[in-house]
Amino acid sequence: MGLVEQVLAGDRLALARLLTQIENDTPEGREALDRLFAFTGRAHLVGVTGSPGTGKSSLVNQLARAFRQPEDGSDPVRVAILAVDPSSPFSGGALLGDRVRMRDLSGDPDVFIRSMASRGALGGLARATAALSQALDAAGYPLILIETVGAGQSEVDIARLAHTTIVVESPGMGDDIQAIKAGILEIADILVVNKADRPGVENTERALRAMLDLGHPAAHKHGPSLGAGEAEPAAEQGWVPPVLRAVSTRGEGVAEIAAAIRRHGEYLRSSGLWQQREKLRLESELDALLRDLLARRWRAGLDEDLYRQTFDGLLQRQISPLQAAETLLRQAESETSNPTRAS
Amino acid sequence: MTEQNIRVLIAKPGLDGHDRGAKVIARALRDAGMEVIYTGLRQTPEMIAEAALQEDVDAVGLSILSGAHMSLVPRVMELLRAQGQEDVCVFVGGIIPERDIPALKELGVRAVYGPGTSTAQVVEDLKQAVFCPPAA
Repeated sequence: MGLVEQVLAGDRLALARLLTQIENDTPEGREALDRLFAFTGRAHLVGVTGSPGTGKSSLVNQLARAFRQPEDGSDPVRVAILAVDPSSPFSGGALLGDRVRMRDLSGDPDVFIRSMASRGALGGLARATAALSQALDAAGYPLILIETVGAGQSEVDIARLAHTTIVVESPGMGDDIQAIKAGILEIADILVVNKADRPGVENTERALRAMLDLGHPAAHKHGPSLGAGEAEPAAEQGWVPPVLRAVSTRGEGVAEIAAAIRRHGEYLRSSGLWQQREKLRLESELDALLRDLLARRWRAGLDEDLYRQTFDGLLQRQISPLQAAETLLRQAESETSNPTRAS
Repeated sequence: MTEQNIRVLIAKPGLDGHDRGAKVIARALRDAGMEVIYTGLRQTPEMIAEAALQEDVDAVGLSILSGAHMSLVPRVMELLRAQGQEDVCVFVGGIIPERDIPALKELGVRAVYGPGTSTAQVVEDLKQAVFCPPAA
């Protein structure tokens, strides 16, 4: 039985080994992904992002528990977790420490936690995070929690990958101008003010709500004739990200966040946005792959001498980087149009 | 396989709370270009084996200063073997009396490091062990 069959049959060691193959981009990993792709598209991908130290790992731990032992009597869901931590820019090594906060989950065979190093990618995820989530999806995990690298303002790749993005803030992380800057707060489907037992929680909450009001004036709670309450936005006015308090080390507020995740999933499905996001995601994945493959193929066919010669010109500042790129591209184009000339 | 792709689990089984050594080793392996999964204090052998499986690590480093190594290490080795990970390189560090080392090696532990070991040596041994696994 091959790795793919073992994974589909629920073998956890096979899954772990397959994830390694995919992460290292081996031929085996690529082939397995090709075969597993038909089994994907079922999982709800939930991203958890936010600054370092806001409590993302603890929150992921508690969320996984909430989905494994739902208080509202719903069926427990199998949960996979992908936790990304940064690689060292110098050694390429990494210290992946997210499991330290996830010890509550050990011993549950229906929870699968995998740590990933970012391996030089800058968007808050690793290059292979999407591919690993596909493998977990095919392996039958209907809920995949993806914890990003501690993200600052512009590490927003997670919004392209996940169906639901949770941005975790904590008190004392900056004023309301931080909150209306472009970037990470824009991608939030759910905003969590974690460490809500700390002073300053009201200010953080107020800044976030004010930011949302600027973006969704119709959702203002004092507005007239709003059919639905704040927590249940009417479909025509879209989704207004709820701002939820939590103390994730004690599990406070976690059930509400889990409920918001479910609600957001239902909202995406009923509004048709699920398919739309799926379409955008696959489109950008295809584009990225095309760019990557084209560049690699083109580079492999490029005359090494010409490359070095052009690069020397660039190094001596005789030509600019753009001129260098254009020279090389022109050369390659003329060679493809006159393939006999080179011989 | 390159050094970048070596994945190592550093774990502290048992009840002692002295994790300085584990952290020093984790840091040294990181600086050597490895991906180190650090699990923190007071792990049971079951938790360690489970993490080793999910993370598909090449090596597991156990730091033990409590004196309980002769009950913790055999259990970890047994669990790893039972789940099909007998090829994982296990090394032990901490306070391990000289007389226990042969028994640990007998269990399949590749190396035992006491106080004063240089981190460079651990890095070298580990690369050697991962790149040249013993004949089965």
